[in-house]
Amino acid sequence: MSFPWAKQYTPTTEFGQWMDEKLPVPRLVYNSLGAGYPTPRNLNYMWNFGSLAGIFLVVQIVTGIILAMHYAANANIAFDSVEHIMRDVNSGWMIRYAHANGASFFFIAIYLHIGRGLFYGSYKAPREMIWLLGVVIYLLAMATAFMGYVLPWGQMSFWGAKVITGLFEAIPLVGKPIQELLLGGFAPDNAALNRFFSLHYLLPFVIAGVIIMHIWALHIPGSNNPTGVDVKGPQDTVPFHPYYTAKDGWTLGVALIFFTILMFFLPNALGHADNYIPANPLSTPAHIVPEWYFWPWYAILRAFTVDFLFIPAKLLGVLAMFSAILVWFFLPWLDKSPVRSGMFRPKFKIFFGILVVDVLVLGYCGGAPAAEPFVMISQFASAYYFAHFLIILPLLSRLEKPEPLPNSITESVTGKPLTTAS
Amino acid sequence: MVRIIGILIGLFFSGWLLVSFGMGAVEYVSNPPAETVEHEFVKHPKEVSFASDGPLGKFDRQQLQRGFQVYKEVCSACHSLRLVAFRNLEEIGYNEDEVKAIAANWSIGVPDADPNTGEMTTRPGLPADKFPLPFANDIAARAANNNAIPPDLSLMTKAREGGAPYVYSLLTGYTDPPANLPEANQPGPGLHYNPYFPNLNLAMAPPLAVEDQVSYSDGTKASIDQMAKDVSAFLIWTAEPKLEERHQAGWAVLAFLLIATILAYLSYRTIWADVKAEKKKKAAEV
Repeated sequence: MSFPWAKQYTPTTEFGQWMDEKLPVPRLVYNSLGAGYPTPRNLNYMWNFGSLAGIFLVVQIVTGIILAMHYAANANIAFDSVEHIMRDVNSGWMIRYAHANGASFFFIAIYLHIGRGLFYGSYKAPREMIWLLGVVIYLLAMATAFMGYVLPWGQMSFWGAKVITGLFEAIPLVGKPIQELLLGGFAPDNAALNRFFSLHYLLPFVIAGVIIMHIWALHIPGSNNPTGVDVKGPQDTVPFHPYYTAKDGWTLGVALIFFTILMFFLPNALGHADNYIPANPLSTPAHIVPEWYFWPWYAILRAFTVDFLFIPAKLLGVLAMFSAILVWFFLPWLDKSPVRSGMFRPKFKIFFGILVVDVLVLGYCGGAPAAEPFVMISQFASAYYFAHFLIILPLLSRLEKPEPLPNSITESVTGKPLTTAS
Repeated sequence: MVRIIGILIGLFFSGWLLVSFGMGAVEYVSNPPAETVEHEFVKHPKEVSFASDGPLGKFDRQQLQRGFQVYKEVCSACHSLRLVAFRNLEEIGYNEDEVKAIAANWSIGVPDADPNTGEMTTRPGLPADKFPLPFANDIAARAANNNAIPPDLSLMTKAREGGAPYVYSLLTGYTDPPANLPEANQPGPGLHYNPYFPNLNLAMAPPLAVEDQVSYSDGTKASIDQMAKDVSAFLIWTAEPKLEERHQAGWAVLAFLLIATILAYLSYRTIWADVKAEKKKKAAEV
């Protein structure tokens, strides 16, 4: 693992020496996040969102643990216990708004991080495993966020839980039992709320575990970079610390400024008014929409309006929604272009741009009411989404003529060839 | 192999979506969806501003007290405020004795067991009590209100799209139905037309009907508009009592973060100076 020129950890104190022999935790940190990890020198600001997502996970875990001290997972009092946090717990309003908006920031960071990987080919060999683990993290994060949104037990919590678990009903034979197992009953009620709370507390730690594997897998080939060219010598890299800790550090400040503006001045801007109404199984809200980070997938789900032979449209929508994310698992084998970075793939660049716009359009339609023209737009946009990953990328890797690559990272930065003096 | 299967699945999903799109488009053209009556007649909330608006917003306590008076004398007959306690009134400028008096003299008693017999009865309110509910249960509430349950007001300005301006618009927005309103949407018996209400007719009769319905102790003229504005402001406070702390804390956090971020940026520039210098040299040579 790592490059031969990586700095070596040398304990400076007697205690450090003692510790290094018994349990080399400082060495582990030094090698994974410290000066012992040589990192390409040319990473741009798109490489800042991985650490940012990690930090927001920590924010979520810390605020979540505090909220759990005051929250009551019982359908009769859950809503009021959240209001108790907002009104009577010291600074409870701050903790709750940080947690509610922190989820959005986690997803903003994770989407930019995924987009970075898609454009610069970070999913390609030898980094397939990092990508696969990343998709697992994303799936777990979605499950966690969905269950977290149910906990305040407002109208949108209840009806969101009903709609999303209702999707499993579409699966033939096993669908209904799966739905009942998820809910612990026939409709969302106390049993569902309790198991969602339990899992909402558990899954973030599972995510943290998968993140450790994600970073472990990253340290074997090292980070990708904007040119997509492999690191070839010591001149191509700088030690992670202090170079990238400083860079990530100041952009963390910028992210926190945006976070502060949102959580202190617009804390409910990304939420839904209906969730301040206690859950009522007898009154259906006019528009049931999930949180914004699910909108693109929700649009794909609703885009299927016509049965295909014996397959009902609802089942098609469910299959398509899951496939839309599962397709990422096959991405390293769908896109076989030997060039990683989109910078050197003239046609890929255009299609990637279309994909970004396409997902934004899907997101907009997913948040809009299920009416025309949004359904037609979602159908068109979903068709492009699947075509992009399953048809365009495989064909493009054969048809496209990439531009010439720089000989090395150093050459692309300084214009001078890399000198491998040893 | 992955790619061949992928292309087949992609062709299926994309193809079927385009077929669905085509069928939807044909349906849309041949049978365009009619505009709903709600879409045509429901109005957006009026433009109205409150002292608590914006990142520098603070409550106008005088106004909150007037709003509380409107709630107490008008709204509280039907609408509960179950998440707010009498003691919270100290936050809008009442002193301890005033709060005790307000609680003790509240028109509805607090349900409690009789300390001698143990039978359920009511007692006068205490500052620690939440505002008592005007109806014993939902059935009683429906029976008294033309089969509609008057919603709890504690979170009202956060629980409706449009927030406090919506509440204000609803209170001041009652009119006669327009002449072109379809027969099916005319207000039924016991219903009242209000273009700010999402389905146009609601069971609540205009609650603020005449000027000087309440007499303000601070001498403010109790016009319908003024009472509606005051009670909306009061409901902003009941929904978000920590609004002022939130705004203050927000500015403090922002000030800290600005300084910390500038320092972090400067240390970033210092640390990267040598690597950047090498890059600049390239630019100079070119």
